[in-house]
Amino acid sequence: MSNISTIISREYSTRVKKRSFIIMTVLTPLIFVAMFLIPALIMGNEDKEFKKIAVIEDGSDLFKGVLKDRDDVDFVYLENADAIELKTTFEEKGYYGILYISPVVTNVPEAVQLISKKQPPLDLLQYIERSLEQDIENQKLLAYNIEDIDEILKSVQTDVSVQTIRIDDAGQTKETSTGISMALAYIGALLMYMVVLLFGVQVMRGVSEEKNSRIVEVIISSVKPVELMLGKIIGIALVGLTQFSIWMLLTFGILTVVQSQVLPDNPKEIREQISQSVMSQVPTGQDRGVTEQTIQLSAQEEEFAKIYNNLMNVNWPLIITSFFFYFIFGYLLYASVFAAIGSAVDTDSDTQQFMFPVMLPIILGLFVAIGTMENPESSLSFWFSMIPFTSPIVMMARLPFEVPTWEVVVSVAVLIATFIGFVFLAAKIYRVGILMYGKKISYKEMWKWIKYKG
Amino acid sequence: MLLLQTENIVKQYRTQLALDKLSMTVPKQSIYGLLGPNGAGKTTLLRIINQITAPDSGAVILDGHNITRNDLSEIGYLPEERGLYKKMKVGEQALYLARLKGLSKQEAMSRLKEWFTRLEIIDWWDKKVEELSKGMQQKIQFVTTVLHNPKLLIFDEPFSGFDPINASILKNEILKLRDDGATVIFSTHNMGSVEEMCDHITLIDNAKSILEGSVSKIREEWAANEYDVIFRGEANVLSNSHYEVLKSSIENGKTSFRLKTVGDIDINNIIRDMTDRGKVLSFNPALPSMNEIFIRVVEANKNKLSKSR
Repeated sequence: MSNISTIISREYSTRVKKRSFIIMTVLTPLIFVAMFLIPALIMGNEDKEFKKIAVIEDGSDLFKGVLKDRDDVDFVYLENADAIELKTTFEEKGYYGILYISPVVTNVPEAVQLISKKQPPLDLLQYIERSLEQDIENQKLLAYNIEDIDEILKSVQTDVSVQTIRIDDAGQTKETSTGISMALAYIGALLMYMVVLLFGVQVMRGVSEEKNSRIVEVIISSVKPVELMLGKIIGIALVGLTQFSIWMLLTFGILTVVQSQVLPDNPKEIREQISQSVMSQVPTGQDRGVTEQTIQLSAQEEEFAKIYNNLMNVNWPLIITSFFFYFIFGYLLYASVFAAIGSAVDTDSDTQQFMFPVMLPIILGLFVAIGTMENPESSLSFWFSMIPFTSPIVMMARLPFEVPTWEVVVSVAVLIATFIGFVFLAAKIYRVGILMYGKKISYKEMWKWIKYKG
Repeated sequence: MLLLQTENIVKQYRTQLALDKLSMTVPKQSIYGLLGPNGAGKTTLLRIINQITAPDSGAVILDGHNITRNDLSEIGYLPEERGLYKKMKVGEQALYLARLKGLSKQEAMSRLKEWFTRLEIIDWWDKKVEELSKGMQQKIQFVTTVLHNPKLLIFDEPFSGFDPINASILKNEILKLRDDGATVIFSTHNMGSVEEMCDHITLIDNAKSILEGSVSKIREEWAANEYDVIFRGEANVLSNSHYEVLKSSIENGKTSFRLKTVGDIDINNIIRDMTDRGKVLSFNPALPSMNEIFIRVVEANKNKLSKSR
């Protein structure tokens, strides 16, 4: 036992001290955070510069005054302007761009053009489209000469946004977001795929390094081959767990700091208000008072609060614990296969023929996981989350959509049983393989090694 | 007093019999040579003693008991296929290997410093292994093999890769370890070092032991009535009916030659006859070199095997 811990500590400390490990450990959370933040920053930072837009109509004045000025945009309606001349001179005249509206716009949607030097921001385009659409609709309705049309229009205006609420067996309701579940499924499955492969391949490299540098026979004259193999596998697992824990801490740490800097000023209060309103809304239906309060929140804040609320409703303990379990056992299963391969081959190029059958279930798992995000309850997803070689990846994709506990338990149990079996087989191949040089190894050969005794 | 015995060890690989009822006895505090052509089964035998491979049948007895894994800390093994972690620092690595043999960190550290200083390699302590030459790496491997003061040392081809200076340093260290009480088994193709160092040998060929015993006895047994003579005097000494001359050279009036006696004759008569014709400067029995014995024994075994087939 003391031998195996000596081996583990070497495997661990040589890897953790490597410069590449330190760089990877620090950089990856930064990349994660950047992935979260860059879209948010782009949205928040869209050009706030004040714009003056010239509005020109082709021979009519249907849309005069339709486009209301905003904080950052003034719409200047130019009557009888020369569009062709203005095209060349609008910049000198201090305009951001020209909005050119053709009268056929009521029938041809493309009849509106915004001419500018720069790419206009998306929300400006949406604002223009919405305004024009509404006006055209109104005008069309007006053409029917219905009495009190304004009143009617106001009263029929509705806004629908579907809230998904899941009811569990105990009758508890919970607001969920398919979007967030999908994102979690994707991140979980992809992360699992990455770490299993990343650290599994490290085991293979380590074994084949020991074989090729010819140190292995020196070591197994002191320790059993299986101790050396397990020491390496466990050592690298600890490296993986260390790295992963640091990633999580750093990512959450950086996100928290950045959040308080970049996102709404007092998100906490908003969160509380919103969660109250959501709570009370769900059981009783409409509660005017609360709704009114919420209406005062800006759309962005509301959106944020909603995401936050949904995030809070995710079963984090289950997902994180499961991730660690599936990582540990999924990794152990693949690592033992990788160790066997590393021991059997002499050169890296020989690993190719054995890598393919190992990669196949991993990649298959990833594909099924992606399919799972679309359709979490399919029987394909169910079976692949039970089969040990794909279950770590597929189950990570299923978990955010809530999986019965017994399924998780069975899937982990099958995984553990398979891993024990494979460690046993791998140890047999490993024991023979590490001392076998200059021989091209086939599957048949490996099978014979498994059957060797002693 | 025996330290190690192997009894009727059989090891069958799939297509080939690696060891066939191999027995050998290694006396305590001796240097034991394991000789034999490539592929004869030497490395397999050494691996069996180190419990890297298990024999199909037969026993390995160390100090009177069947060998177990606990005995591994009493054995130092330098395999033929040997190496070090290339990216690891020399000192760290030596420490790691010593700890696997059961030494405490402090103990390993102080012994390593002592050995490294003595072999003048202490400057390499913080270097990475990949920066060292092959010979330097061999020195480090040697130190890590003997560091835990094992009572049995096993070297598989210890001198391959060493320059003559370092090889002689290594030889002296091995002799010293023997004098300090260790028993040494080594396999080698270098017959010169066998004559120099070994007390006993076993010659393995085709999985079987075909020659065993003390080196001096074996050489005497294989001596075939041949004598090396240096003589000053009449040149007709080279023609004589009592012996035939195998090779000769004349330099500065001295005739050096090897003779082989013919028939059953007392060598005193030959010497007497020579002293009548001149001065006998030297007259020595010509012991065959281990090299010659090796070749002759293996060739003979080959003929025997091909005949029996």
